[in-house]
Amino acid sequence: MSDHEYTPSSKFGKWFNDRLPLLTLANHLTDYPTPKNLNYWWTFGGILTFCLITQIVTGLVLAMHYIAHADMAFSSVEHIMRDVNYGWLLRYVHANGASMFFLAVYIHIFRSLFYGSYKSPREIIWILGIIIYLLMMAAAFMGYVLPWGQMSFWGATVITNLFSAIPLVGESITTWLWGGYSVDNPTLTRFFTLHYLIPFLILGLVVLHIWALHVPGNNNPVGIDIKKPSKDTVPFHPYIVIKDAFALLMFCIVFALFVFYQPNILGHADNYIEADPLVTPAHIVPEWYLLPFYAILRSVPDKLMGVVAMLSAILILAALPWLDTSKVRSAVFRPLFRQFYWILVADVLILGYVGAMPAEGLYLLIARVATAYYFAHFLIILPVLGWKEKTTPLPLSITEPVLGGSPNLAAARSDEKIEKTIK
Amino acid sequence: MSDQKDEKKTNRRDFLFTATTAAGAVGVGAAVWPLVDQMNPDASVKALASTEVDVGSMQPGQSLTVLWRGKPVFIKRRTDDEIKKARAVDINDLKHPEKDEDRAKNPEWLVMLGICTHLGCVPLTDKGDYDGWFCPCHGSHYDTSGRIRKGPAPTNMEIPKYEFVNTNTIKIG
Repeated sequence: MSDHEYTPSSKFGKWFNDRLPLLTLANHLTDYPTPKNLNYWWTFGGILTFCLITQIVTGLVLAMHYIAHADMAFSSVEHIMRDVNYGWLLRYVHANGASMFFLAVYIHIFRSLFYGSYKSPREIIWILGIIIYLLMMAAAFMGYVLPWGQMSFWGATVITNLFSAIPLVGESITTWLWGGYSVDNPTLTRFFTLHYLIPFLILGLVVLHIWALHVPGNNNPVGIDIKKPSKDTVPFHPYIVIKDAFALLMFCIVFALFVFYQPNILGHADNYIEADPLVTPAHIVPEWYLLPFYAILRSVPDKLMGVVAMLSAILILAALPWLDTSKVRSAVFRPLFRQFYWILVADVLILGYVGAMPAEGLYLLIARVATAYYFAHFLIILPVLGWKEKTTPLPLSITEPVLGGSPNLAAARSDEKIEKTIK
Repeated sequence: MSDQKDEKKTNRRDFLFTATTAAGAVGVGAAVWPLVDQMNPDASVKALASTEVDVGSMQPGQSLTVLWRGKPVFIKRRTDDEIKKARAVDINDLKHPEKDEDRAKNPEWLVMLGICTHLGCVPLTDKGDYDGWFCPCHGSHYDTSGRIRKGPAPTNMEIPKYEFVNTNTIKIG
């Protein structure tokens, strides 16, 4: 793991480390060489770790007061809000924490998309990330069911019914998921159990995600391979630690604004009405972070194909390292890709917007065009772009464009070549 | 290892290996099944299989929603006009062809699961382009027989097993 041997200075430390090399691990994490040009988009890994821990800690204490029963869940949440000491704070942090978690993960994902962090040799990091993202969606969805309000109940009904689209066994699978013939108490108790379990699965995957990251090391805004350690790297501590800490503080300001000033703005008023299996709310919408996928689901007029399209929209990301045929990682050196990247960002935002609107008329048309474009981006544009695009020249090192001495990259490159031939 | 490689004949060791793996797989399967099956509807859920509803006070045109197995069931006493409309439809025009005669044995009474076959929302009664039901979630329109006419739902609303115990009482389930 570490690039150099580490020996603890104290005698006890050495004795302990020979038996369990925790100090070697700690040393690796502190000295871990990171590219020195990492910008603030690279601070979201740390922010996401913070989000996960926040959700686990607040969730743990909320579970001490919450009652997972169809007759009591709704009032136990009100009990948390009104009676439990700081219950309102804990619940608002947990509920808004989910949104903040997704905000951070979307920035993290789109950073990877821009700088090509998913490309060789980082495919496994990327795929682990996609699995974490899927688990996050499962955890968020089940967590949203727990307060047993109208949106909880009907959201659960709509999402579990997606499985009924599977030919032949669909009906049996939904009955099995529900533990009955509709969403009811057995559904609530199992969702609570799984909602409690998934964060720990995510935690395990995060460890693998970071482990896989530490093998090739971080990608960087220039996207070129660097030797580590070299003059292109700085040790993780204190350089990255302090940068991550600062970014985390900024993030926490946004987080606090939601928790203390607009704790319900990201939720739906309907969820403060207790679940009623006889009345569907007039307009069912998922939480904001699932809206683009919801728009894709609704844009397809066929039930099964709608579900297939929605799942493909997520799973296609796992194939991205092979769909993007360009050898150049960073969008900085890919003028055409950069334009398509921003179109994709706009496309996803549009999908999110129409996902929140009723599925009819112009909204439906826009959703269909945006869905088609989403798939075209990954299946047509990216593979073709890799062959056709003329990329701008890459620098030889991170330091070169800054300290290379010559403003002309090509000149700097030929200088280096001459040096090499001399050697 | 290398001298065993050429020997293609299966020997006793191979047999034992396959047999052990097979027995192990069966054992694991048997152990996992209870863990999977416990999630299926339990005995208490299954016990609530039928509901009796008094429909004596219902006037033509009125509808009633009752809960059966945690799901809403629509009971509609249809008007002559609604029955006529439902029966006049050419069956070949339907996405899920079913005759109204088969859906409502007694034409005056339509009893069906009030669940949109798309993703399980409860449709609104006397709404939509066909004056039957309209699902607000994703815009499915049903006619006065509860058949899907427009929108993403794949099939007609389901007719549960039911019977008239006497002229005023319907037993669902």
